Amino acid sequence: MIALQVDRDSIDDVDRRIIVATQKGLPLVPRPYHAIAEALGLSPDDVMSRMKRLAESGVIRRIGCIPNHYALGIRANAMSVWDVPDEKVGELGRRIGALDFVTHCYQRPRHLPLWPYNLFAMVHGRDRAEVEREVDIIAAELGSSCRARDILYSTRILKKTGLRLAE
Amino acid sequence: MSDRAASLDETDRRIINALQGGFPVSEHPFAEAAAPLGISEDELIRRVDHLVSAGVLSRFGPLYNAERLGGAVTLAAISVPEAEFERVAALVNARPEVAHNYAREHRLNMWFVVAADRPERIAEVLALIEAETGFPVLDMPKMQEFFIGLRIAA
Repeated sequence: MIALQVDRDSIDDVDRRIIVATQKGLPLVPRPYHAIAEALGLSPDDVMSRMKRLAESGVIRRIGCIPNHYALGIRANAMSVWDVPDEKVGELGRRIGALDFVTHCYQRPRHLPLWPYNLFAMVHGRDRAEVEREVDIIAAELGSSCRARDILYSTRILKKTGLRLAE
Repeated sequence: MSDRAASLDETDRRIINALQGGFPVSEHPFAEAAAPLGISEDELIRRVDHLVSAGVLSRFGPLYNAERLGGAVTLAAISVPEAEFERVAALVNARPEVAHNYAREHRLNMWFVVAADRPERIAEVLALIEAETGFPVLDMPKMQEFFIGLRIAA
């Protein structure tokens, strides 16, 4: 079950070419959108208005620095998972997502009895002690709404290719 | 403490913290983004270029939302006995739709992200992985998303 807002109709071939040209990063020049326009044979205004539209519609989440957590010394990567009442998950998720050490925060389905957790918060720290302090802060924030919790540390990256549109 | 994180000066840190979103779409976006940071357009471009080549940033630019591109993404988990772990990892990783796969310390010890160009394909891929590996796959698609970001000590 995926709550999808499928927008494939709103992305045309020109948008797709712009996405393919920018998904690995913007040209680091004073007028990057002009450089993309030139490379694709489009007008700069067309490229900019399309990118603004993609950002407004949520196809672009954000534009800026995409940090490499490992290079920033953030080596302990833990998935903290929480069982909270469904009727409170929206409000609690927004509060947890606002904490500065939480990089991703989602509601996901439970799989009872094996998996009772419905709120996922990715937490990063320099070591496990730091991650545990951060998880304690989340626990304090959730208070009595937290019925169960767990921390899943990653021990190995088995594969990481990222999401890419075919070129 | 990482070597590369340690080598960042205060301006680099301010750039990373201030510019994880909101980079303008305009004729001179670097000049606009540089002004509130109190640096010049040239300096911002030079520093971002350095942060990317040093690997501190994976890249600088738009972060696209795969679901909104008409595709679909899910997070899936399998509980794999240690003796079978490498065999199952090889089968899971061999699927082109598997973008990330992490080993985690838990009874559910393999967690991977599946991305496909159409939503129906997700269920097909998970069924194929169940058939190939012989283990049940738990599908945990995102139902709601709350802020994404990373802050480093300034």
